[in-house]
Amino acid sequence: MADVETEVADTADEIVLEPVAAALVARFPGSVGMVSHGQSVVHVDRASWRAASLFLRDEERFTQCVDLTAVDHLTDVERPPVAGVTFERFEVVANFLSHPRNLRVRLIAQVPVAAPRVESLTSEFPGVGFAEREVFDLLGIEFEGHPDLTRILMPDDWVGHPLRKDDADARIPVTFKGDPGPR
Amino acid sequence: MSTSMHDPELEAQRLGRQTDEGAQVLRRDTPAQPGTHEVVVTGGIWPEDDGTMIINMGPQHPSTHGVLRMMMELDGETVLRAKPVIGYLHTGMEKQAEHLTYVQGGTNVTRMDYLSCMSNELVFALAVENLLDLELPERAVWARMYLVELQRMASHLLFQATNGMDMGALSMMIYGWREREEVLRLIEAITGLRMNNNFIRVGGIAADLPDGWREHTLEVCALVESGVAQYEALLLENPIWQERTMGIGTITTDDALALGITGPILRSTGFPWDLRKAQPYLAYDQVQFDVCYGRNGDCYDRFLIRLYEILESVKIVRQCVERMPDGDYRIQDRKVTPPPRARIDESMEALIHHFKLFTEGFKVPAGETYVPIESARGEIGCYIVSDGTPKPVRMHIRGPSFYNLQSMAAMAPGTFVADSIAILSSIDPILGEVDR
Repeated sequence: MADVETEVADTADEIVLEPVAAALVARFPGSVGMVSHGQSVVHVDRASWRAASLFLRDEERFTQCVDLTAVDHLTDVERPPVAGVTFERFEVVANFLSHPRNLRVRLIAQVPVAAPRVESLTSEFPGVGFAEREVFDLLGIEFEGHPDLTRILMPDDWVGHPLRKDDADARIPVTFKGDPGPR
Repeated sequence: MSTSMHDPELEAQRLGRQTDEGAQVLRRDTPAQPGTHEVVVTGGIWPEDDGTMIINMGPQHPSTHGVLRMMMELDGETVLRAKPVIGYLHTGMEKQAEHLTYVQGGTNVTRMDYLSCMSNELVFALAVENLLDLELPERAVWARMYLVELQRMASHLLFQATNGMDMGALSMMIYGWREREEVLRLIEAITGLRMNNNFIRVGGIAADLPDGWREHTLEVCALVESGVAQYEALLLENPIWQERTMGIGTITTDDALALGITGPILRSTGFPWDLRKAQPYLAYDQVQFDVCYGRNGDCYDRFLIRLYEILESVKIVRQCVERMPDGDYRIQDRKVTPPPRARIDESMEALIHHFKLFTEGFKVPAGETYVPIESARGEIGCYIVSDGTPKPVRMHIRGPSFYNLQSMAAMAPGTFVADSIAILSSIDPILGEVDR
């Protein structure tokens, strides 16, 4: 709680965290709660990624991990700073939904490019199985403990991770009428 | 196998076993000559320890709805395991989105779930508007709701057609397409295109609703209602239909929630969760409609839910026709919406705005947001990360089909191969959205 209210409170008028976000921040030291366009967001430490999701499921009655994805921030022109969070190149983002409380919360973990791995949530929320494979396939982030971490969208023998910003776009040159032919 | 066929001891063993099991053994009229042997027409000559086989259904199988490959381990006719293998339609749309401005982005997302294009456009537009903090005029909100409900009708009608076709009810296929065609004709009259409309844009809709849209809509509503009545008469009490779908592919609420399943499949388990009611967006809190949900979580319930959701959509569309507010159909913010064509000839500023908007696009403040809505298949969400430039850093679509498809592995084991077709059909996956 303490590190939330120090600096963020200066920039915004007053940040009122949802009880869930506040509980997460209180439970996991080093995590930072914020409100992004009216949505609860908690930046958690990569080490407590799985523990935080377990906490959400078992103690805060979050029934579904609706979405899991990741972002490559390599080429960002501007990245709004969040007090208390050291940005890394990758962010793994998971959106949770509690049906009984009709509430959403988003967890974000910073993942460095040097060691792109984070714990898998498949044992808590089996539904993220496909999503984690997709993130592994397209961004090259490994999920420790995933039962079947293989490529899902790209061919099995593909080299590289297409959604990384430094992965070259696969472009086929357009041939115009009158261009010299291949022969 | 051919070598061991001549082993008399093994052969006797096999024949004996197969006769016990009632296998058909063709015997020639004349006694077997030395050097010849009886012809056995069963498939039962599998080694004992390897009684299962793995087959690939798809990616070209017609019942896999496009290009899905289903790896299945079979014991005879029983499915032991099923694993959906996807990626055959992967076209890198999320990567593409990073190279398109927010103005162009709509044309990209609309091609994901190609049966409910409007939902994709809507969720993208809502996410961008959330980042921009835009407040839309009433007419734009209602027109969007009206269009999305038309699209839901079209999508569910096509489900009725394909579901019927997969189950062998081929007349259903014709009927479903017939009514969907009427809805698409209306959508074409409004947006100019049958599919991939790019009509819902950031800041509103692309054009005002055309003259006579009310009359046309009411005609289509009546047609769809009579169509649904026909489907009911054809299928509801049909014993073959019931045999094929009742109790097939059941899933519990807990399993569905754990697997991230949303939409009609989740509702079929007896869990009335619909984002239009639970977390209303647009003007869904101002219209009357019911959430359809089932009890058994089987293929029949999923079919029924989608059937009656068509009628609920008709209800909403009728209310839209009655209560469509007047006013602007898009926000009058020149940084987001292009000026009217006529203004470009007389105003330099309008020309500049138009030029800037379609070359550079508009800048979106840095930030990130996740906006979910209820599409015909479940929760479709759009996660956008902006860095203050006219192009997103990341645009991710949470496709409901992508998550729903995982239920195949949970529902198929223990059923017959023919049932697995029914189950896959009742998931109603759109591979364009699964692979993106």
